[in-house]
Amino acid sequence: MSILRDLLSLTFMAGGLFFFFVGTVGLIRLPDVLTRMHATTKCDTLGAGLIVVGVVLYLGFTLASLKALLILAFIWLTNPTAAHIIAKAVVQKDKEKL
Amino acid sequence: MLEMGIWLILIALAILSFASLYRSIKGPSVADRIIAINVISTKVTVMILLISIVLNQTGYMDVALIYALVGFITTLSVSKYLAKGKLYE
Repeated sequence: MSILRDLLSLTFMAGGLFFFFVGTVGLIRLPDVLTRMHATTKCDTLGAGLIVVGVVLYLGFTLASLKALLILAFIWLTNPTAAHIIAKAVVQKDKEKL
Repeated sequence: MLEMGIWLILIALAILSFASLYRSIKGPSVADRIIAINVISTKVTVMILLISIVLNQTGYMDVALIYALVGFITTLSVSKYLAKGKLYE
């Protein structure tokens, strides 16, 4: 039973690593600021979410896993806000340039 | 076996952080640099979480929480400065 849980946790972490890889490739390869932001927000939410789910599966039902879920909730709350504010700043700069 | 896998994931995340640092150095505009630093901050938060479970030190999770907070405030203030040209009214 324990090895099954470890395998499941490692699978979730590998999925999160895959999404981080996809986001980094998008950050390096895509041509524009807004398209780069599109790739990186995907990597923030899904990659961090899957890795934290793997951590929670590994820890079981303890106070530390509650803290990990708190960190995940904080990341999910703040990253879309930050992306929204960056996009607003970019659009405002483009309007000033025109 | 699981510890070995977590170490491999940590090494891969460190390599991906350095790959994002390329965009933050070379990026043509300021917004590219802000996006790259935001992504690196998320990656370092996740890396601190993984280090805390692989070293069996659950107190490090508070460090990850504070790191996420500081990264969010950094992104917020730099992009506000980019939009308005000043931080305070």
